[in-house]
Amino acid sequence: MQRATLDLWVGLFVITGIGALLVLSLKIGNLETYHSGGDTYVISGNFENIGGLKVRAPVKSSGVVVGRVADIQFSTKTYDAIVTLNIENRYQFPKDTFASILTAGLLGEQYVGLDAGGDEVMLEEGDTIMRTNSAVVLEEMIGRFLFDKASENDDF
Amino acid sequence: MSKHIISAIQGVGHRTLEGIRRLGRATLYFLLVLWKSGTSLKRFGLVVRELYYFGVLSLIIIVVSGLFVGMVLGLQGYETLQKYGSETAVGTMVALSLVRELGPVVAALLFASSAGSAMTVEIGLMKATEQLAAMDMMAVDPVARVVAPRFWAGVISMPLLAAIFSVMGVFGGYLVAVVFIGVDDGSFWSQMQSNVDFRVDILNGFIKSCFFGIAVSAIAVFEGHDSLPTAEGVSVATTRTVVTSSLVILGLDFILTAFMFRGL
Repeated sequence: MQRATLDLWVGLFVITGIGALLVLSLKIGNLETYHSGGDTYVISGNFENIGGLKVRAPVKSSGVVVGRVADIQFSTKTYDAIVTLNIENRYQFPKDTFASILTAGLLGEQYVGLDAGGDEVMLEEGDTIMRTNSAVVLEEMIGRFLFDKASENDDF
Repeated sequence: MSKHIISAIQGVGHRTLEGIRRLGRATLYFLLVLWKSGTSLKRFGLVVRELYYFGVLSLIIIVVSGLFVGMVLGLQGYETLQKYGSETAVGTMVALSLVRELGPVVAALLFASSAGSAMTVEIGLMKATEQLAAMDMMAVDPVARVVAPRFWAGVISMPLLAAIFSVMGVFGGYLVAVVFIGVDDGSFWSQMQSNVDFRVDILNGFIKSCFFGIAVSAIAVFEGHDSLPTAEGVSVATTRTVVTSSLVILGLDFILTAFMFRGL
């Protein structure tokens, strides 16, 4: 086989392969939304119960992704979970923002929802969110419901 | 009676020692190939020639099987998922199973049987017809001139072929689920994109295919060079290449998966 044709075929093969890798990372793996490395700030919040929240779960406000969960730790001082959040710099939140752990759909993945408050002062790097709301645990909810039903019946 | 038992035990011992000796020879040979790889990096034209034979000529089987595996996954996934009313998750399912497992593993199995066996036959026949010995006589190192370029061509082709396989598979899944069946286009892609992680899924799949490329090429060149220089020897070596590398791919895949995806 001619040297030039051979080079052409191999070149096409390598370009197709690298193109496939690029398609995998950009189109399927969604690398574009990833490069928010340097331009974020870190805030944290204490939650009584995080349910099934995982690291890298989205942080949403009004349904828009504004950041990601960076780390989840258990505190032996307060016996609750410390969730660290990376928030993009262009989204600033007031000091009295309300953070809650919500579920996407009935059985979907869990995420952190932020509801902005009315404070003039904004949250800064390293701040802690004071007002948090735990994840809804299905068993607890069913337990409470049964308990309520039982006490209702006592009235009769 | 006791004679039979002793000879049976001896047989087991003999085979174990032979296996260990073979493994040691293969490891030393692998290190030798790495050591002699300088030439193939300097004369990259040699590698390019082999890339044509092992990469480009494997392309058709990789593209076609990727497409069909994706189409079947899309069809089967849709059948099951629509029972739970979550047929839009078919994109996620197809992409994750391809990128994590099927892409690297099936591409590597196909590569082992098409290109790996070809590598073994070529080197084995060169040995049987004493071309390698002739090179040695002319002070041309056969490992540097013949073996290393083939090894590196295999190592380079494997990740590229696996990536092409995965992309074709996702396209096949898209074709069946969206174009033929009519799953919503937007949610097919957006669910896939929000659930496939670059580092966890795609990078790990890529690393897997690199390992498979190294394993298949190393086994293929070793079996070729280690074969008996007869027609029968080459045939035995070829069978061995395909069997050993397929088993190694499956075993390696389990080990790598256990390391990569544990605790997710």
